[in-house]
Parts: sequence; C-alpha cells; structure tokens
Amino acid sequence: MTFTRRETLAIGGATLAVATLPGKLMASTSDLIAGVTGGAAASAAGIELTAPEIAENGNTVPVAVSAPGAVAITMLAAGNPTPGVAKFTFGPGSAEQSASTRIRLAGTQDVIAIAEMADGSFAAVHKTVKVTIGGCGG
Amino acid sequence: MAKGVKPRVKVPKSASAGEAITIKTLISHKMESGRRKDGDGNTIPRSIINRFTCAFNGTSILDVTLEPAISTNPYFQFEAVVPEAGEFHFTWYDDDGSVYETKKAVKVA
Repeated sequence: MTFTRRETLAIGGATLAVATLPGKLMASTSDLIAGVTGGAAASAAGIELTAPEIAENGNTVPVAVSAPGAVAITMLAAGNPTPGVAKFTFGPGSAEQSASTRIRLAGTQDVIAIAEMADGSFAAVHKTVKVTIGGCGG
Repeated sequence: MAKGVKPRVKVPKSASAGEAITIKTLISHKMESGRRKDGDGNTIPRSIINRFTCAFNGTSILDVTLEPAISTNPYFQFEAVVPEAGEFHFTWYDDDGSVYETKKAVKVA
C-alpha cells in the first residue's frame, strides 16, 4: 500500500485532529479549580501531588497528596465522567496533612488537587497522567 | 449490605507519646460506579462507600468523602499523632446505609 505525499498529509492531519479532540471535551482545569475555591486565586506553592506519568491501568492509579497546614484537600480528575474524586478533611489528630489512595481515571487527563489552608487561602496543583486502559467501564 | 466487605487496617502496636505514625487501611468493596453496564446493556446501579473516617480517642484524624472515582477496594494511607495510649476507630459508610467499623488499640511505650 503506497500513499502519495498529499494522502499522507491528509491522514496526518486527521490523526492530529482526533488526538486533540478529547482535550476540548474535558472540563477545563482552571474552571474546576475555580469551582472549588469559589473564584479565589490559588497559589501553586504549599501542595504536592504525586501521581505516575503513565498509568497502565486506569482502574487503580496510585496518587498521593500532601499539603502542610491544610484543613482539607479536594482531589479532582478533569477528564472523568464526573470530575469529583475525593475530599480529605484533616482533623486535629493528623500528624501531617498528607494522604494517599488509588483512583480511577477514564483516560489521559489532568489530576487536580486543591488544598484549603487554615487561613482560608487555597493552593492548587495539577498533573497530567497518561492512561493506557481507561477505568470507568463502557 | 454489599457482600464480602472486610476492613483491614495496619497500625503499629506501640508508639512513643507524640510520635507520628503511618496508618494504612483497605476495605474490600466493589465500589460499583453506576456507569458500567451488564451483559444485557442495563446499567448496574451505583454502590460505593461514600465516607471514611478515622478518629483516635474521639479526636478526628481524617474524614474522607469518596466519589465513584475511587478504585475498587478503597485504600488510604495517612499519618496520625499518638499523644497517649488509646484506640483508633475506623468507620466506613456504605451507600446502602451499612456502616463498617473496626478498632485498633495502640500502647505507648
């Protein structure tokens, strides 16, 4: 099977269009952060999110989040059918405001963590995770 | 009550006063997201654990709100301070109203 130059370019263009499509369907990361903070600006410092760059199986993706001095941490997945993942509320007995768990991701997308600090300010961080097999069933 | 739910918790048996310890919890639960379909194309209804709490002698350590995006057999790892000897109390709340509880005592060495 041989392609002319023109055909090759057309196929390349079509592939690119398909590849960029999911990004447009996803809820915007900044919109989601604003939804949690109520529009207040979130700083990038003071929160750390550990997630794998590539997750082979979207059914169990290990993630860890840590935000010293946080009251609560909300975790969101921008590309899931419903973006909410979990909300950790730390009580006075917690030693450091960190937690790790395993989450489901429907596809390659941004995982977002937003910390609400004791003084009412917010810190947010997001990380892109590539998912080979999605984890939300069909 | 969902079938075969078994909480597992890993807590050190003893700690020094004021020490921060790592707690690991796992509960076997299928966490049906409500988006999957069975062989006939019918949606399988949602059935998840929607809340998990951990307290030490009545002092709250962690309170987690779970969404369907949490994996099957929800696992949590976190840090807690042990100010004195006492008991950790772990509670899971199921969508169907069941509550699963487990307790772990810690000695202060």
